[in-house]
Amino acid sequence: MTDDSADDRVLPNYRLRYLILLIVTVICIFVSFVVGRFSLDISTAAALAYLKFLSFFDPDVIITQNFADYSVIFNIRFPRIVAALLVGAALSVAGAAYQGMFQNPLVSPDILGASAGAGFGAAVAIMLGLGSTGIMIVAFFGGLAAVGAAYGVSLLSKGPSTLSMVLAGILVSSLFSAGLSYIKLVADTTNELPAITYWLMGSLASMTWMHVVYVLPVIFIGLIVLYLLKWRINILTLGEDEARSLGVNTNLLRLTVIVCATLLTAAAVSITGVIGWVGLVIPHFSRMAFGCDYRRIIPVSVVMGACFLLAVDDCARTMATIEVPIGILTAFLGAPIFAYLLITGGRK
Amino acid sequence: MSLEVSNLSFSYTREGRLVLNDVSFNAKSGDLLAVLGPNGVGKSTLFRCILGFLTGYSGQIRLNGIDLRKLDSRSIARMVAYIPQSTYPVFNFAVLDLVLMGMTNQIRLLGEPKAEHVKKALTAMNSLGIEKLKNAGYGEISGGERQLALIARALVQDAKILIMDEPTANLDYGNQIRVMRRIRKLADAGYLIIMSTHNPEHAFLYANRVLVIKDGCVIADGIPATDLTAELIRTVYGVEVHVDDYQNISGVHKICVPVDDDDSGQSY
Repeated sequence: MTDDSADDRVLPNYRLRYLILLIVTVICIFVSFVVGRFSLDISTAAALAYLKFLSFFDPDVIITQNFADYSVIFNIRFPRIVAALLVGAALSVAGAAYQGMFQNPLVSPDILGASAGAGFGAAVAIMLGLGSTGIMIVAFFGGLAAVGAAYGVSLLSKGPSTLSMVLAGILVSSLFSAGLSYIKLVADTTNELPAITYWLMGSLASMTWMHVVYVLPVIFIGLIVLYLLKWRINILTLGEDEARSLGVNTNLLRLTVIVCATLLTAAAVSITGVIGWVGLVIPHFSRMAFGCDYRRIIPVSVVMGACFLLAVDDCARTMATIEVPIGILTAFLGAPIFAYLLITGGRK
Repeated sequence: MSLEVSNLSFSYTREGRLVLNDVSFNAKSGDLLAVLGPNGVGKSTLFRCILGFLTGYSGQIRLNGIDLRKLDSRSIARMVAYIPQSTYPVFNFAVLDLVLMGMTNQIRLLGEPKAEHVKKALTAMNSLGIEKLKNAGYGEISGGERQLALIARALVQDAKILIMDEPTANLDYGNQIRVMRRIRKLADAGYLIIMSTHNPEHAFLYANRVLVIKDGCVIADGIPATDLTAELIRTVYGVEVHVDDYQNISGVHKICVPVDDDDSGQSY
């Protein structure tokens, strides 16, 4: 009501920022095809991509060029790039949705135990000697089971529902971590234990089209539903009472958000292993650049998360002579960023 | 628009203390009903029952003659709007976006606000004198402005009953008066307003009805100027006060001044 200081403030140019973000992402995708230990120049990659494109329409076009180049691009780098984009988008949107729902910007996608459950599932699958498809499926359902258990416990408990959900998530995570530790203890130390440890570090190194095809529908469904609910998530950030007074069925909406965010997290983690920090940090950056409105946060998190994980993965496969697990890199990048956010209070 | 509460009793546990004990009152359009009572006396519980958050009550609440139990949250939101205390938000939404949230019950499940909704929100903000703040962050404006933004959000909800939880809490003196004047105007415009307050002066100055609650029971229901007596305030809040007439050019007002327990008349 201090009228003299009330100014007609102009919002930032969000369209321009969207455009910049998209351009950066597209550049990132192109760069990702050519960087790596197997060197390829852009013209070769472009020529192959053009031929591949033609071959979709005209079966007579046969790719006769160097088979190694072809294989690196279409069987190794392409699925890996798609997987990085999908996983980055999935984790970021899941984190953004949870942060809104729990009214807490410091929440990450594994708050309800999805990562712990998936880790435990993967360890069990490795112990049983299942192949990579088996590990992926058991990890996925391990993640779902953990969140289901946490949600069940929170329903049975009394008290404010978001608080009991967080506590239930902590207890379920701790339970599954204990289970994981036990499996590590009894695992065979020559093959199984290293495999479990490596899985837990998170990596996109062994992505194939099979992985992409398995998780693509799940991640798509999760992303689309959360995208459609983006206005309702705004309402959830007001808290239980206010959201209900505005006519929103908070229990149903919250359950829908949890199901979608869990599908996204579990699907992402099931193919890559545990990749931390992305789901925490990207929604923060989205808010800093695009404001709090989930009508912008959800789409921006998709693009920014995809771009970020792809860029980090490019670093993971080029910065050292051996592949650095991406989970380690995201933590190295995420922790200082998080410290910065804490010190500046997350505000501009 | 009318609100009838009859024989409302509520307890949070099965055999526990009755937070509300046989509460009955009526209110109609144009009423500004001030609910007084010490902390923890059941004011918030009463509001939560009327808003449909709590359902395990006995007795009946009728909105326009319709039993509240027969209405879903969407229908209740069309009739009753809730204006919480203005707290610092977790997420710093633009004021316009916050006001737009009031129209959620008019937006499809998977939809989002359109130009018509924005226009309506700006009209409501204009009527409360906060249209210039549309792009300001809700967390960056003053407490009084936040309260007005929340009122604007309730207005666009198109509900004719407004429930306000201590609308002047945490506001400086000037903002308290400005917010209360706006609220009085809304009642004059035909809204049915129920607000909790701890300030008898606000009841005297702005309310045309007063409901005093103690230990879950209604101990007074009437007109502030005649029914809100010094005796009643002492019973409810446990402090000695004088309620006197104060005359100025605009008429006679009631004022409430705390005095020493020995009744020496010394105010402090």
